[in-house]
Amino acid sequence: MAPLFSRSWPLALRVSVQHARVFPLNFYFDQFVTGLASACSLFLVASGLSIIFGVTRIVNFAHGAFYMLGAYIGFTLTEQFSGAFGFWGAILLAAIVVAAIGTLIEIILLRRIYDAPELFQLLATFGVTLIVEDLALLIWGPNELLGPRAPGLKGAIDLFGLPFPTYDLLLIALGPLVLGLLWLLFRRTTWGVLVRAATQDREMVAALGVNQKWLFTSVFALGVFLAALGGALELPRQSANHTMDLQVITEVLVVVVIGGLGNVLGTFLAAIIVSELNAFGILVFPKISIVLVFLVMALVLIVRPWGLLGRAEAAARAAGGAAILRWRPLAARGRLAVVLALAVLALAPLAVGDYYLTVATEVLIFVLFAASLHFLIGAGGLVSFGHAAYFGLGSYGAALALKQFGLGMEAALIAGPLLGLAGAILFGWFCVRLSGVYFAMLTLAFAQIAWSVAYQWSDVTGGDNGLLGIWPSAWAAAPAHFYWLTLALVAAGIAALRMILFSPFGYSLRALRDSELRAEAIGLERRRIQWISFAIAGGFAALAGALYAFLKGSVFPDNLGIPLSIDGLVMVLLGGVDTVSGGIVGAALYRSLSIWIISHTDYSKLALGLLIVVLVVLFPKGVVGAFESWRARRAPRTGGESS
Amino acid sequence: MKTSSAIFSALVVIAGLAGSSAPGVAQETIKIGEINSYSALPSFTEPYRKGWQLALDEINAKGGVDGKKLEVISKDDGGKPADAVTQANELVSNDGVVMLAGTFFSNIGLAVSDFAKQKKIPFLAAEPLTDAITWSKGNRYTFRLRPANYEQAAMLAEQAAKLPAKKWATIAPNYEYGQSAVAVFKKLLSEKRPDIQWVGEQWPPQGKIDAGAVAEAIAKTEPEAILVVTFGPDLVKLVREGNTRGLFKDRSVVGFLTGEPEYLDPLKDETPEGWIVTGYPWNAVTIPDHAAFLKAYQDKYNDYPRLGSVVGYSTLKAAAAILAKAKSTDSEKLVDAAEGIAVDTPFGPITFRKSDHQSTLGAFVGKTALKDGKGVMVDVTYNDGGKYLPSDEDVKALRPQN
Repeated sequence: MAPLFSRSWPLALRVSVQHARVFPLNFYFDQFVTGLASACSLFLVASGLSIIFGVTRIVNFAHGAFYMLGAYIGFTLTEQFSGAFGFWGAILLAAIVVAAIGTLIEIILLRRIYDAPELFQLLATFGVTLIVEDLALLIWGPNELLGPRAPGLKGAIDLFGLPFPTYDLLLIALGPLVLGLLWLLFRRTTWGVLVRAATQDREMVAALGVNQKWLFTSVFALGVFLAALGGALELPRQSANHTMDLQVITEVLVVVVIGGLGNVLGTFLAAIIVSELNAFGILVFPKISIVLVFLVMALVLIVRPWGLLGRAEAAARAAGGAAILRWRPLAARGRLAVVLALAVLALAPLAVGDYYLTVATEVLIFVLFAASLHFLIGAGGLVSFGHAAYFGLGSYGAALALKQFGLGMEAALIAGPLLGLAGAILFGWFCVRLSGVYFAMLTLAFAQIAWSVAYQWSDVTGGDNGLLGIWPSAWAAAPAHFYWLTLALVAAGIAALRMILFSPFGYSLRALRDSELRAEAIGLERRRIQWISFAIAGGFAALAGALYAFLKGSVFPDNLGIPLSIDGLVMVLLGGVDTVSGGIVGAALYRSLSIWIISHTDYSKLALGLLIVVLVVLFPKGVVGAFESWRARRAPRTGGESS
Repeated sequence: MKTSSAIFSALVVIAGLAGSSAPGVAQETIKIGEINSYSALPSFTEPYRKGWQLALDEINAKGGVDGKKLEVISKDDGGKPADAVTQANELVSNDGVVMLAGTFFSNIGLAVSDFAKQKKIPFLAAEPLTDAITWSKGNRYTFRLRPANYEQAAMLAEQAAKLPAKKWATIAPNYEYGQSAVAVFKKLLSEKRPDIQWVGEQWPPQGKIDAGAVAEAIAKTEPEAILVVTFGPDLVKLVREGNTRGLFKDRSVVGFLTGEPEYLDPLKDETPEGWIVTGYPWNAVTIPDHAAFLKAYQDKYNDYPRLGSVVGYSTLKAAAAILAKAKSTDSEKLVDAAEGIAVDTPFGPITFRKSDHQSTLGAFVGKTALKDGKGVMVDVTYNDGGKYLPSDEDVKALRPQN
């Protein structure tokens, strides 16, 4: 037996390898069929997400929430109705009810923001997820709820000498059945033809007189129906509980991307590959599950940039007539205002107490983090779902410099950003080979791989118990001093990012964002420029992360986690992607509000979710975008510009 | 840039005003700051909150501490260590609490304990189980109420050693809690029973167990007994798959925490029988102090207590006892008072050891059984935590001495 903790292994993923044993063939067959059952339950949920994305281009973050609602409503209904008809009727009814809820959300919320910049809808669905989480808690209470088993499918059958759950057999039948039905729907009905046409070219379908609105609504309803059905069908396998939504969302997103976005057959294949690799992988590497899907996704995307069966996305037409604001460096008046604002901020320690200074420090750190992500998204057009990786590498770099190498805070604040920069250079090289959502998902995969390294490599990173005692040097320990240090570094960081933005390099980056073909035709090297911008963004995120480590006194894998990456996206989108200062304002707004809300309410997710939804509807261009359009309308002669 | 800075500075100013205009609290209260994962883990923290609220009412009904009423300012950490530190900072720097209490997850407990050390403020960790909090990362300002991972493992290993099984397999969530639970259990059991072989292990990620595949993988190693550290929704999945696939049939199973109502109750009529578990059989406890607690709890909430309720209740009782003994709100005096203090809890009197700041609160060990379609614990014994802790001498080597 390999020792549980092989302390000497410097391997990031501490692998403990099981005895190499040879099992009789029926064991392998059993494992295969078990994997197949997992694959089918995964596919049911993922197929809905794939369909929604394919047509509406919405990364529906709320898909997990609908899955969870399916389980909860299914639970309530199965409690009401008994018998075989009651059970299956309840499952179906639950999916229909949730689909109706989804339809309402689409009509009330999403329809208003289809014209907003790409991914803005992600923000809305993120808000919906937060709301649903707290509503589920209010309605169904905090306890896990165990639903009934399926009538007639409670036991196991003998499968080559091993007991196998009969319910899993049903799932194995259901997966291909749903795949087949979807195929028929898309290939043999007028509706399906229109949906496929819309998948390929939305504008053209609209131009031909098809009512796009209802096409989108019906597709969204179908996708939500499948999510909820998947959730309700889980009732005989697991309890309805509050963690179901986040449990499933990343996994299905990954499966959809591996398969190729919008390709249902690809999703099915991906679900099988992922589930089978897991079922067999854990026989050899019992700790592989935590990172397996992300490893598979990274490998698939590196080899096939559009997933297994996906095709290159048709170049999206720039939204015609949309007022693209010109980006301008600050004029003299603007500069003066910035200097004044900085002076006010620098004087803050005279006016406010330690707690608010610490909060302000935290907000400043997130301002830099969001500004770096905004540099990538706004100027580079490169949406990253894994920007926390570099923030976290910055934190760990700083913490390790302090703890392992005994360097001081000053050196640690250099070491952290360097580690983040190195990570961004490495991961960026692969990422810039892709584009669009595939680029985003590869950044997510790398972030999750980095996260699992931090999570598993206990000897160096302390695992999930983290690294403690990362406090500033004596001269910077007072909250006011650390605030000043942070203010200075953040201001310098943002100034540097803006200088790069308005340098020739920044112009080339934006040229590539606006028209890759034309930019390449005039001799701009796309990959090199985007790679450098990726590294720059990563380096500044890492500086934020290093400061964060010293602010909190400890570093945990959370610093690299998906929630932080999402927070970054929310900040940038909330502020406004198409503006110069969107990230800065979005971060200040979102972070202050979330700190305040979590400190003052019991239902912070509900409050935050509602707030996001309201802001999304009110400011579809983001807060700064809305302000700038308003200013442009007031002074039409000067034309719109963003500074 | 202009607008952004303006908005930001406005926010800072507003925040400052909000802080300075906070309503003044009457001076005769003593404030305790409490942090827990209310939004991230409601199934545990809701009963926990009810527990400390009950204790708070009782303490204040008797006149509070030293003639001053106790006030608890409670915060949610959202399940994130960094946010817990923000909340701790608000409680200490802004709200003026004299001590911190609470937390569930080990990493959050550790983050707050390190904050407590830095700010020199007493911290009474309620729930986090990691051994590190009192040993390898222990500090002067941190105390812990619940029996640690090590104690749970020791109690279970003692029972497991009596089993005839020689081939063991383990299933545990893939993070520090699961890893250290398995490591300690293996070490202690192997010491008692050198003949035992560890034939298989599975490490499903917390919250994402692929239960069918895990059950099959463990069955393939043909163990005679299985250690299950998995809990919560993952446990429900594992039990259902395991029951259907006959994984637990004719095998001994030992389960960490499985007997706690938080984890046992959701299993309803599918509760596997005969597992050796630690837990809290609330309706079978015969300790006299528990009867009064049970009655008061049921009268107030019309619900039965979970283990979280006992933890919340005892945490606040301990905090009050420390304040009463110290007769001061000075951090150093509070720490001095807390070292070796005796506190009455629903499980009887406990003390916080001077050597490692661990309380001697114990746990119940028993077997799971089905009664009226619900899971219960039978053959229950209460194990005093103090008996399963290393001696004061041994602890010295485990704890940084300074």
